[in-house]
Amino acid sequence: MGEVIVITSGKGGVGKTTTTANIGTGLALAGQKVVLVDTDIGLRNLDVVMGLENRIVYDLVDVVEGFCRVKQALIKDKRYEGLYLLPAAQTRDKTSVNPQQMMKLCQELKEEYDYILVDCPAGIEQGFKNAIAGADRAIVITTPEVSAVRDADRIVGLLEANELRNPKLLINRMRIDMVKRGDMMSIDDIIDILAIGLIGVVPDDERIVVSTNRGEPVINDEKSGAGQAYRNIVRRIKGEEVPFMSFDNDQGFMIKLKKLLGLKAD
Amino acid sequence: MLFDLDKIFGKKKNSKDVAKDRLKLVLIHDRANVSPQFLEMIKSEIIKVISSYMDIDESALDIQLTKTKSDDGENFVPALYASIPIRNIKKSGK
Repeated sequence: MGEVIVITSGKGGVGKTTTTANIGTGLALAGQKVVLVDTDIGLRNLDVVMGLENRIVYDLVDVVEGFCRVKQALIKDKRYEGLYLLPAAQTRDKTSVNPQQMMKLCQELKEEYDYILVDCPAGIEQGFKNAIAGADRAIVITTPEVSAVRDADRIVGLLEANELRNPKLLINRMRIDMVKRGDMMSIDDIIDILAIGLIGVVPDDERIVVSTNRGEPVINDEKSGAGQAYRNIVRRIKGEEVPFMSFDNDQGFMIKLKKLLGLKAD
Repeated sequence: MLFDLDKIFGKKKNSKDVAKDRLKLVLIHDRANVSPQFLEMIKSEIIKVISSYMDIDESALDIQLTKTKSDDGENFVPALYASIPIRNIKKSGK
């Protein structure tokens, strides 16, 4: 029996889709059978981030309306054994699917796959309710900005109100140089405010842009700091204890990371 | 008070501390669903009660909802924080 993980944030543009693509790819590389479900109906993007946009035949709405079978709509990623994408519909809206249908779909997928990653749309309306309906656990993404942290807090409250307890926090686009200057909230600051467990911290990394340009997840990029962070997160999702990269005090790591990010080590 | 000291020494607060403080405040309102009007109501009632016993500096009165660590460990609980500068204790208030 597989597990459904929803990736959500409240605020848009903090990296839900990129995270879904990378964690999904990482889990598949670790030998798991994975389905990525894009629930952002009308504004789908997981397909382009994954580089699978040219292979879409059927979508999520076709599946829940019984227009095709789940298997027909799943796009097999030929680069990674065991990785599949269920794309969102682009010409419909969020009300085309309801939470009951999502729950049923998740149940069906769990029978056959190890992990079902649900990429949630921004906002707290119908699309959010659909995305969390069938989820067993949740990953909440934030960036070190007041707007993103505020929205993440709201999402944590809504998840708990919907019986999704113990969501895990992923802090994205962390910039160590700015934290050092006192111009960006640190990991501890954010955890202190949101008071939920941490699953990982992804450094701000321009390689994300490059990999998204190409439609190739950054998790394969050995040189990328973000790729390393995603690899660690994948191991944590699978239940491994992986120490967090030191972001605050380890000077050696700082220099390494700055080099990775193309910044001058001072 | 802290803010004033910073001003005197010409030291600007780190922007991340400003962010954190602002966030903490806004989240208390978000979480508790308490409006600023609600706080104003509490404030005026408190002034009314205290004024009959003490002469207070109403302009410097500071009241806010914050959060504090609960006695039993790590959890945060909301707290009503009020700083009320007293000018004079009224004798008649005994």
